[in-house]
Amino acid sequence: MIDFRPTATDEAMLARLHAEALICRRHARAFDEREAEMIPDVLPEAAAFEAEAKANPLPKPGPDDTPPAVMMMLQTMAAYWGDYSVRLRRSTSGGLGNAALMAAGTEAQKAKWGQLLLSMAITEPGCGSDPSRVSTTAVLDEQTNEWILNGEKIFVTTGIRADGVVLWATLDKSAGRAGIKSFLVVKGTPGFDVPHKEKKLGIRADDTAAYVFRDCRIPRENLLGGDESIPKQSSGGFRGVMKTFNMTRPLTAAMGLGIAEAALDATREALTEAGVELDWATGPGGMGRLSAAAERFMRLETLFEASKWTVLQCAWMAGKGLPNNLESSVSKAHAGSAVRQITQGCIEILGAMGISREHLFEKWMRDSRITDIYEGTGEIQRLIIARGLLDYTRDDLK
Amino acid sequence: MISFEMTEEQTLVRDSMREFAAAEIRKRARSADEESAVPAELLATTWSLGLTSTQLPEAFGGAGEARSCVTNAIVLEELAHGDAALAIAALSPSLFANAILDHGSEAQKKAHLPRFAGARFVTGSLAVCEPAPLADGSRPRCIAEAKNGTYVLSGRKSLVAMGDRATHFLVTAREGSELGAYIVPRDAVGLTVGPLEKNMGLRALPTTSLLLERVELPAESKLGEAGGANVQAVLDASRVALAAVMLGVSRAVLEYCVPYAKDRVAFDEAIAKKQAIAFRLADMHIEQHAMRQLVWRAASLLEHGLDATRAAWQARCYAAEKSMWIADNGVQVLGGHGFIREHPVEMWFRHARTLGVAEGLVAL
Repeated sequence: MIDFRPTATDEAMLARLHAEALICRRHARAFDEREAEMIPDVLPEAAAFEAEAKANPLPKPGPDDTPPAVMMMLQTMAAYWGDYSVRLRRSTSGGLGNAALMAAGTEAQKAKWGQLLLSMAITEPGCGSDPSRVSTTAVLDEQTNEWILNGEKIFVTTGIRADGVVLWATLDKSAGRAGIKSFLVVKGTPGFDVPHKEKKLGIRADDTAAYVFRDCRIPRENLLGGDESIPKQSSGGFRGVMKTFNMTRPLTAAMGLGIAEAALDATREALTEAGVELDWATGPGGMGRLSAAAERFMRLETLFEASKWTVLQCAWMAGKGLPNNLESSVSKAHAGSAVRQITQGCIEILGAMGISREHLFEKWMRDSRITDIYEGTGEIQRLIIARGLLDYTRDDLK
Repeated sequence: MISFEMTEEQTLVRDSMREFAAAEIRKRARSADEESAVPAELLATTWSLGLTSTQLPEAFGGAGEARSCVTNAIVLEELAHGDAALAIAALSPSLFANAILDHGSEAQKKAHLPRFAGARFVTGSLAVCEPAPLADGSRPRCIAEAKNGTYVLSGRKSLVAMGDRATHFLVTAREGSELGAYIVPRDAVGLTVGPLEKNMGLRALPTTSLLLERVELPAESKLGEAGGANVQAVLDASRVALAAVMLGVSRAVLEYCVPYAKDRVAFDEAIAKKQAIAFRLADMHIEQHAMRQLVWRAASLLEHGLDATRAAWQARCYAAEKSMWIADNGVQVLGGHGFIREHPVEMWFRHARTLGVAEGLVAL
């Protein structure tokens, strides 16, 4: 049955996450301003919070509660509602590279590297949206049975903390996408340098790194999945990588929406304090009766709800095992543009207060800006959606 | 539990309504618009389908089938995909009947509902809109005064759907600061039903104005048991229903534009192969998809008897903004053909603007 009501168990879990997120938010400004520092793995408040949580256990979700894939989106929104980067206790596993390892690695590779925190390095200074243009090279040295890696990678998420990386490199540039393979490189390998943490517009506390590989030699068995052949026609391996986006796209959308919701909640509070009334009973003819600030805010909130439920619908499909390629691009494209409008709009409503670094509005605007860029820009999502709608191939519509 | 799973019945209803809209509604839409008239045989057909009567309780002559606001939103989307004006006309009996069923007193239900289970098409209207700027459904200028056990109504209404043939009007009015709705029979003294209005869109839907000059009504004319009804909930349902109609129109535009853009060649290739057009189509798809989530959400809250005022505002507001945007861009994708009445897109463009400012035309 189509139903939009979270259960009491769902709400108890989300309330707990919001309480945790508020603690993290207290540290948000400090780590944004001190970009070069790394966030501690454990916040000082963690022990007390966890003790209290243990004393008040949450009800266990059952089959009548919201399915896990949908809850995952709501939980993500709740965490990012606190802050993009700061966590009470940071996860030491589950980097993007781990997802790739689980999806494409052999059993031996999973057993060997599964315990490491792995980042994922795809983007290069000269290639972003079109990863088939990857120019980092992998050349096999038959004598030593080693791959020799050369190239530069940027925007590597959790790149500083990670123990190793899943790296995209090409065996043969002339083969295009078919020539691209994934390699696992452990930190400390000679020729693998981490020159710096990137300096960014937003999510400054987040650990984003640049990597350089100079004649970096890794064992032959570090090719993820182990298949060294270059297919003539199909780009099957590449597609496999693209498939993992069907859950990560709504997830990145949920991250952005968590930030947007934080901005909306704080703006609503400020407006209420200023005596602005949000009259949801107003009909179409009466819109002109609302104050400009009220109407603007109500439309932003509407945009948020539209985006949120689009993301949840997409995740619900993923949870059901239904193909959601189109929906995951729709949710990402919608949220990408919604969070820009929402966080920028809140500042416009608030005026000078919005841009002051005394408050978090300006930080939320900077932090959420990445939503429409990473994990496929809004334009890439629209390409995918249009191809789906028009039944066009990659070559039909570029 | 949050779920987007359509029931088996909803899937069946959606498919059969989709088929019906394609076979019976779409083909009549253009001529109905040109003639500014709703085809009588279509109303007879939809009446015989029992869209209204099946959901009425058996005690009032109906089939007593469970009524679901979400299912009805799905029905509206599908029928409006055929044509918005004809969909509203066909479902107009439900507008009046469901308001009485949901909010009326037992006596009102007994007096009015059996009519809607009869053999011949009958309808009633909900009179919400008023012919003045900033006229707000939730704050009517129409006034109801309580006087010696009666109510006296004064004011004007406009855009009253099926006003030319409704047997009764459910008129919203302000009693002091309170919102009420009053059942006004067509022959009430002091009520003047105006001539057919000439509107930009929804031309096939007959609408009229009402002039209420000290119309005196017995006390039991006020919707609800003593003390009145939650009229805002009636408005909420009508706003969500209108959003569902706008969703149907939006999907119609998109589905017309996709094959057109693949066929139309400019500079040696289909215009759909150009990002300027392809991205526009992608955005049209994104917005109609998001619109549907808001419609279903508001309908789901209504279905469970929860306060849906905020969700209904959001669904209506988003649908109004985005359906207009989609129709506007639909015209643009077709270029000159978008401006020619041989194609339906200009009609949907007029429909979208009309639906976006309307209230009380249709219900769930």
